[in-house]
Amino acid sequence: MHRYDICVIGGGPAGLSAAKAAGNAGAKVLLIDENDRLGGQLIKQTHMFFGSEKQQAGTRGIDISSQLVDAIGTMPNVEVYLECAALGLYDDKVLTMLHKKRYEKIAATKFIVATGASERMLAFVGNDLPGVYGAGAVQTLMNVYGVSPGARVLMIGAGNIGLIVSYQLLQAGVNVVAILEASPHIGGYLVHAAKVRRAGVPILTSHTIKEAYGARAVEGATICELDEKWQVRPGSERKIAVDVVCLAVGLSPLTDLLWQADCRMIHVTELGGHVAWRDANLCTSQGHIYIAGDVAGVEEASSAMVEGELAGLAAAKELGLATPALELGLSEAREQLRALRSGPVGDKIRTGLALAQSGEVFGIA
Amino acid sequence: MGGKVVRIKEHPILKFDRGKELAFFFNGRELLGHEGETIAAALHAAGVRELSTSAVLHRPRGFFCAIGTCSSCLMVVNGMPNVRVCVERLAAGMIVETQQGRGDLGASV
Amino acid sequence: MLKKTGVPSSEELAPAYPPEERMKQGAVAIIECFQNIPCNPCATSCPRGAIQAFDDINDLPKFDPALCNGCAICVANCPGLAIFVVDEAYSEAESLVKLPHEFVPLPKAGDEVVVYNRAGEEIGQGKVLRVQNPASFDRTAVVHLVVPRAYARDVRFLSVGVGARDENH
Repeated sequence: MHRYDICVIGGGPAGLSAAKAAGNAGAKVLLIDENDRLGGQLIKQTHMFFGSEKQQAGTRGIDISSQLVDAIGTMPNVEVYLECAALGLYDDKVLTMLHKKRYEKIAATKFIVATGASERMLAFVGNDLPGVYGAGAVQTLMNVYGVSPGARVLMIGAGNIGLIVSYQLLQAGVNVVAILEASPHIGGYLVHAAKVRRAGVPILTSHTIKEAYGARAVEGATICELDEKWQVRPGSERKIAVDVVCLAVGLSPLTDLLWQADCRMIHVTELGGHVAWRDANLCTSQGHIYIAGDVAGVEEASSAMVEGELAGLAAAKELGLATPALELGLSEAREQLRALRSGPVGDKIRTGLALAQSGEVFGIA
Repeated sequence: MGGKVVRIKEHPILKFDRGKELAFFFNGRELLGHEGETIAAALHAAGVRELSTSAVLHRPRGFFCAIGTCSSCLMVVNGMPNVRVCVERLAAGMIVETQQGRGDLGASV
Repeated sequence: MLKKTGVPSSEELAPAYPPEERMKQGAVAIIECFQNIPCNPCATSCPRGAIQAFDDINDLPKFDPALCNGCAICVANCPGLAIFVVDEAYSEAESLVKLPHEFVPLPKAGDEVVVYNRAGEEIGQGKVLRVQNPASFDRTAVVHLVVPRAYARDVRFLSVGVGARDENH
């Protein structure tokens, strides 16, 4: 059985950054990802990233992905297994996996779980029809495969993902008929909203979808207005012809492995659901398991990258690889996260993180 | 009104490096796709959005998450059921069929 | 109201406009950034120091229009595509507006295009003077549009002939 210092599970922005940081610190690293290429959700992000120059603000997500993947490729102490799905993580620090359809095992001293998050579903009549897609799925079709998802899209959700994917749909030549947001305000960055409004896409706050209908696939949707109590305003229903209903209603951390590995879990609404309790170094209640990125709390790609760096360096330090450069890297990463989260749009995350790191744990372990 | 599902020709940010064209079969029909794309993407480009039917009510199903986690896109590929076509790559000559319900593992099981 | 509709009101917009005397002098950046989000490429890209370096990346940009010559480098670098250049000294009857544009087909110099306001409403036509699209702009082209003077503070989008937009929402 192969042995490593650190095994990183998940090759998206957090996992790539963790592997790079740990590799630079001198650890022997294995990075695994279930897809046949690295990058996670970054491979579909055609827009310029926010944050500061330290997180490559102004660079398109797809290019940040290439930079990270190339960097990993030059590191002889970082090995990569693609088409490799983690199956179970055990107390004796063995990870079982399905690697190119073969059952394999590896051992590592530390693990960093960076498995990301997946799209939430919304309950409405007809939500199982072909043509009802998660926002990520629409991005994959257009930006990875160059296939148009349809001709007329109804976007549900005006958070960052709903607004950004709507803009990307326009760039792909697809008509976005409207963006619906159930709450009275736009949840995403207002600059993203401004970009789609001037391109002619209406944003209807206090609106939601009641039904998607069609014979064998989506042909239309019934939308309605909500009152201050989030109840359907009677008589506000109207039908619009669309062939795609795109759901951008939030993400849920993919925590299966952490539950299976017996990490103490806590439900934190602000972070997207159940997450692992962690200390200031992103180490869970299982001392050999760290977390980073959306699995630790649904946030942004810029913070995912810095969390990955933090976890990678913290795990390397525990292995005895501490140097002044590593310590500097750790304090830099902490400062970057603090800066990214210090503004008003970071209120929710800061509240969530305080709960996820608190000394008293209220969740069921 | 049926969506006009097309391959994007020109894009302001991306250049699509489509692999060589190859032929595969869907429910007996020959379709064309590109090396490197997933079966779901190739089907979508050919206008096929219905990939399976649900087990009990026989409702049409397509894909949803496109990252292999939701189980909506399961199809029979080269006789093997429950293939997640949103992550499975297309190969020349592949025989892809709509899966009815849970799929049949065959008499050998 | 911006938080509800994505379209700023005139009160919300007012702080983005330099004083009238500066507007009369010629090309200047109009930074329509009203929300404290962690972001600073406008400051790091400005070659003339007209946008101050950020102490806290969540701050709104601090802009000195006296140092700005309307070069539009910030227009291409803003991840939110929230910066525009307006030149009200272009001519008696017309102004020049520089808009970020990330759609195909890109217009060409000499094209007549339809122009829209922040709410996506068509307000008239403009003529393309020039399209800045160097490699350093990383695929965010900046279109230089000549429009009637009255539109200069409203024109924020253009389309080249028939686009993907459906008029019957």
